[in-house]
Amino acid sequence: MSNSDSHTTGSPYAPQTAAETATMLEAVGADDLESLFDVPESVAFDGEFGIDARSERAARREVARLLGRNADLTEFLGRGHYDHYVPSVVDDLASRSEFLTSYTQYQPEVAQGFLQALFEFQSMLVELTGLGVANCSMYDDATALGEAATLSQRVRSVSGDRILVPEHLREGKRAVLSNYADGPELTVESYPMTDGVVDVPALTDEIGDDTAMVYAESPTVRGVIEERLSAIGDLAHDHEALFCLGSDPVALSLLERPVDVGADVVVGDAASLGTGTAYGFGLGMFVTREEYLRQVPGRLVGASEDAADRRAYTLTLQTREQHIRKERATSNICTNQAWVALRTAMHAAWLGPDGLVDLAEDCVTRARDLADRLDDIVGVKAPVHGRHHFREFLAHTDQPASAIVADLAAEGFAVHAVGDHLVQVCATETTADATDEFVAALREVAK
Amino acid sequence: MKYDQARWTDDNEDRYEPLLSEKASQTVDIDDSPLPDDLTRDSLSLPDPAEPELARHYTRLSQMNYGVESGPFPLGSCTMKYNPSFTEDVAARADAAIHPDRPDSTTQGTLALCHRLQDYLGRIGGMDAVTLQPPAGAAGEFTGIQIAKAYHEHNDDERSEVIIPDSAHGTNFATAAMAGYDVVELPSGDDGRVDIEALEAAVGDETAALMLTNPNTLGLFERDIEHVADIVHDAGGLLYYDGANLNALLGRARPGDMGFDVMHYNVHKTFATPHGGGGPGAGPVGVREELAQFLPNPHVRERGGNFEHYEPDHSIGKVHGFYGNWPVLLKTFAYIARLGDEGLRDASAKAVLNANYLAEQIEYEVPFGPFHHEFVASAGEQDAADAAKRMLDYGVHPPTTKWPEIVDEALMTEPTEGETKRSLDQLAAAFNAVAGDSDAELADAPSRPTAKRIDQATAARNPRLSWQALDDT
Repeated sequence: MSNSDSHTTGSPYAPQTAAETATMLEAVGADDLESLFDVPESVAFDGEFGIDARSERAARREVARLLGRNADLTEFLGRGHYDHYVPSVVDDLASRSEFLTSYTQYQPEVAQGFLQALFEFQSMLVELTGLGVANCSMYDDATALGEAATLSQRVRSVSGDRILVPEHLREGKRAVLSNYADGPELTVESYPMTDGVVDVPALTDEIGDDTAMVYAESPTVRGVIEERLSAIGDLAHDHEALFCLGSDPVALSLLERPVDVGADVVVGDAASLGTGTAYGFGLGMFVTREEYLRQVPGRLVGASEDAADRRAYTLTLQTREQHIRKERATSNICTNQAWVALRTAMHAAWLGPDGLVDLAEDCVTRARDLADRLDDIVGVKAPVHGRHHFREFLAHTDQPASAIVADLAAEGFAVHAVGDHLVQVCATETTADATDEFVAALREVAK
Repeated sequence: MKYDQARWTDDNEDRYEPLLSEKASQTVDIDDSPLPDDLTRDSLSLPDPAEPELARHYTRLSQMNYGVESGPFPLGSCTMKYNPSFTEDVAARADAAIHPDRPDSTTQGTLALCHRLQDYLGRIGGMDAVTLQPPAGAAGEFTGIQIAKAYHEHNDDERSEVIIPDSAHGTNFATAAMAGYDVVELPSGDDGRVDIEALEAAVGDETAALMLTNPNTLGLFERDIEHVADIVHDAGGLLYYDGANLNALLGRARPGDMGFDVMHYNVHKTFATPHGGGGPGAGPVGVREELAQFLPNPHVRERGGNFEHYEPDHSIGKVHGFYGNWPVLLKTFAYIARLGDEGLRDASAKAVLNANYLAEQIEYEVPFGPFHHEFVASAGEQDAADAAKRMLDYGVHPPTTKWPEIVDEALMTEPTEGETKRSLDQLAAAFNAVAGDSDAELADAPSRPTAKRIDQATAARNPRLSWQALDDT
């Protein structure tokens, strides 16, 4: 017996025995494995990668050693990536190999389980938004926003190439949008915000008949709950522009329904349910009106019947997609985030509507209560914007924000620096137990 | 009344699993919220199963789903290989679950791992620099084509066309269009490879890039690859490598050595990260030195033993809101570390042997060759889609059907390295049984899975995309 750290030869996941390999080579009339490669000598690779094979235990130890260099911080961080507690049952059920190791559902008769789960995911987003069509995922909120922009150009009856986005927007999101806007030659422009919310009169000045889409967020990247969504929607529609709203499923459980404020498309990150903190790994939510159905990017699951007249599910309207429509497809997306969507649906179902509403209300009260406590600290004013907040808020610090961030890191806490004297703080149930120590640490470093 | 918990009931019984919304739902009115009424919705209606019900629901759904651990999964072009369990434990580590906005000084472990993975992928592809940011293969294509565009614009040489062979993946065409290029489709030659004369006629001052898969979707190595590279480069274009079929070449040939300038890696195909029923994937992009200045922002580099993010001089910007699909990248790293040089080489060898062996055992005609990791058989007089449904009755997942179109009634088959000889023999027996079945048997298939043949036309004609849209609830 070899010990568990012994060096392996060959792939441990290629299960042929040497005898089988020999038999098979004979069956195909080949002398050896190398002769199967039809690679001209001039481009053949005869070097080494120089990558040593490790045992499973050694590979795990190596990752543990590397990741051990990450500082152990309690993160009061958000700005588009949130940590909510994910129950064990989600990990347990999503890890079932029939889900985890399956492929896109090209053979629906043997993929009914995943298709139904995705159909349920789509249905939950329909309930949360009030809009008729949800796809079963984009990569993340930023790429979903990019897809919304290109959709606005496709569905708009008059020409227009301006995409208006809020002044307060995560830089990464805007950068992704710019790449999506590049091919179709759309222009991305910012409109002003005042005291944390959209400056509607200023937006009125910015918008024109050449505007294809207006994007707004609630909550905003600063955690502010937008107060005039209907006015923004009306303004967009006055100019035949689409109104795209950015949000997330937890916020949507409590805030105004997108359909009621005139949203045409809802995008955002849905991994805040089901996945938690994962270095920005997300789940792009994409929901829109039924009238745009045939212009939707990505996979759609629909209900149908099987030959025995029983309800069954299948990927549908695939003529929108790249594998059928090629360069005329609505998007190039193929592999998406289906398994992440499965987790989100599981988590939402586990919470139920009362659990979701409670969680969302906690996001409001936790932000409010923490801001109140920070406002009592000498050298801190919080929240900067006198608005309702969701999960997070901006605080002004007399000390430079960079010093606050560095000093807090030394005490084991992380917050965002978003300006010279502005920090942003996010509070969820996962940081609740550390709140007292965090407040005490900030009191020390904010002096 | 239906007793839907009785899973052992006869095949003829109605065994479908009710929707969550049909099992337990609740409407919650929103009042006494901490927000003013005009900022909140009125109510929320969603399923409300207790945890035991939830567990049974999803367990039942999983039983109605076929994965790699259920049996062979020879979907051509998809490389559905076994996904090692330990990589799941690696990705689930608590110290991997960090927020992307932390300062670099507090994420040295994650950055070190990313740096090492960039390095490994560079060595495997023969590329000088690699970004991990694209969240899937198609996103990698988009990144690569945007890099090509930035390169040409940087040289004040705007170009309008991307050339793509007719046998290429649909994503190539869609990607080029998304980036604003006109697509020039290149007909394949009689041998299933790039037709050199057609390529020479197609290239010109407007050629931004040629996107090529090698071995191509027929499993054929493009033997003239150096000539192809010269033609494209002489016209001022770049050569893009679609990494979908890299599992066929590990350690035998590298895109960088063949003359490719930009490439993407499909980590679920080449490095065994699970496909998750549609994703998540990751599509790292490798480039040669001259193009490194255009890589997405940020990129990871080492400075005096520490790791940091930086913005490349002429970066195309971002293709993902943060740093890509990090848990998938972690699994990729773990897999590469487990296999090393020898394991990666062995995986390719066994993938190619398995495809050749299976092709030899089946009775359907297999045109073209010699192939590598996959082959495209022809169902001949049979309808390939019907043949696939019939294979389900023999207990295996069928191949990809009716694509690529250059083979009539295509059965595109890729067994991967993960199958034993015994398993391949069973797979061949399933192919051969179907080959001998009548059209009527094919048209009635499948009869054994929970769902019988599903009516796709009605689903598209009368779209019902949510439980709210069902009229039978």
